[in-house]
Amino acid sequence: MTAISFKSVTLGHGRRRTLEKASFEVAPGDFIGLLGANGAGKTTLLRSLLGLLPPIEGAIEVMGSRPSRGNRRIGYVPQIHRAFSELHLIGRDLLVGSVAGLRFGWPFSIGADQRDVGRVLDLVEGTSLAQRPISSLSGGERQRLLIAQALLGRPSMLLLDEPLVSLDPNHQMGVVELVRRVQKEFGMTVVFSSHELTPLLGSIDGVLYLGHRSVALGAVDDVITAECLSRLYNAPIEVVRAGGRIFVVAAGEVRPGGHAHAPV
Amino acid sequence: MLQYDFMQNAFAATFIVACVAGTIGYFMVLRGQTFAGHAMSHVGFAGATGAVLLGVSPLLGLTLFTMTAGLGIGLLGERAQGRDVAIGIVLSLSLGLGLLFLNFYTAFAGQATTLLFGNILGVGRSTLWLMLAIGLVALLALGAIARPLIFCSLQPELAEAKGVSPRAIGTVFMLLVSLAVAESVQVVGILLVFTLMVAPAATAMHLSSKITTAVALSVLLALAEAWLGLVLAYYTNWPTSFWITFIGAACYLMAWGLSRQLRTGR
Repeated sequence: MTAISFKSVTLGHGRRRTLEKASFEVAPGDFIGLLGANGAGKTTLLRSLLGLLPPIEGAIEVMGSRPSRGNRRIGYVPQIHRAFSELHLIGRDLLVGSVAGLRFGWPFSIGADQRDVGRVLDLVEGTSLAQRPISSLSGGERQRLLIAQALLGRPSMLLLDEPLVSLDPNHQMGVVELVRRVQKEFGMTVVFSSHELTPLLGSIDGVLYLGHRSVALGAVDDVITAECLSRLYNAPIEVVRAGGRIFVVAAGEVRPGGHAHAPV
Repeated sequence: MLQYDFMQNAFAATFIVACVAGTIGYFMVLRGQTFAGHAMSHVGFAGATGAVLLGVSPLLGLTLFTMTAGLGIGLLGERAQGRDVAIGIVLSLSLGLGLLFLNFYTAFAGQATTLLFGNILGVGRSTLWLMLAIGLVALLALGAIARPLIFCSLQPELAEAKGVSPRAIGTVFMLLVSLAVAESVQVVGILLVFTLMVAPAATAMHLSSKITTAVALSVLLALAEAWLGLVLAYYTNWPTSFWITFIGAACYLMAWGLSRQLRTGR
């Protein structure tokens, strides 16, 4: 059984398409980096896995069945909004609230909720930071809390939407290492979206590159190449490797206005 | 002071309103929907004056109209956000309509001031019972949806992925806000609803970062502001609504200063 399977899938909202007739398969237990420029459709792809956005055509399977909202086997880390960062709430309440929030009525939280929250906070070594208001946490600490939250209910797949945005390189490494550690410990499949490749190098098993409504999946050395990316974008792309980092750049002046892609 | 019937009624009515407005107001501030509450109260003006014209209880007309407005805002959901102009036009239209209805009903010149600025000392026994019923319904319903509501308010995307419907929960909540608005209008009037629904909740939020503590604080503050307002009004003969707004603003300012000091002091 594959963890994720796309068969000739088209995704989009209204008239806009972010993916056209894409097919690929992710094996269980893989740590996949979902890469692509801003607006390439990374969030859309994650939402389709969560069952929040049905494909326009084609078939998606997640762990052997069609995506459905509220799948308890998937843990999800959404992108952080500014309003969230300014919350005057302690992290532990946030986590308890997200377990308790799946039920109506009283009592507010039950022992099992509290125990599961305690367990995931231990896993990310976040027990003490969960006692502080979210507004007082650093970006890295907030991500640690959200990763703990995604581990509630022992999911077998983790989807993370741009958890590295606006973190400094040290904290970026910390987040990637934490995800890698829990992924190994529980044998989870992970899809980790990012517009930078560098912090993920060395931790990921494969890369899923989104560009120009199509997609390429494979090992970093197979996908992040001039040939593969040029095919993806349908335009000449150069890949420059320097000092352990990889840069993707639009080649020469061939494409007017073609910006040098951020280092990936 | 308490030997007068109207004072007893006033203390009882403000107690009900403080419980409802303090609790629902907290969630309203948490969700950043304070403008929606403001808009609803204005729509309620047309309902209340229309009811007076038809000879029914203004509280009934008010509640009916605020609930309709709440349902509309709730169903619009995310799309209602950033539509300040559209909402603003609807609320001025409602005030205008209310003015027209008052114009037809010439017998009661004081009705406008009562509705706009509240007249807690004029609350009768029958209104009091109606307020108690509405308040109980609102609080029980809030208790039933409280957990999904908190989840949806803090992390809508995650709640949606976990199978909770932020839209449905948000719509039910807007209906509860409309009930709380209708109740608050009885005390402070349409124009000053903010003072009971937003000021205590926002103050409480500065003082505590635990939800349960903050809700309790919000209710206590609303109650303290309203009762202190009544007492001061009794002795000064100044309007109750003025005192409540004054105390509410003072408390918020102090809490804001306190939390700032605590944060910079660390």
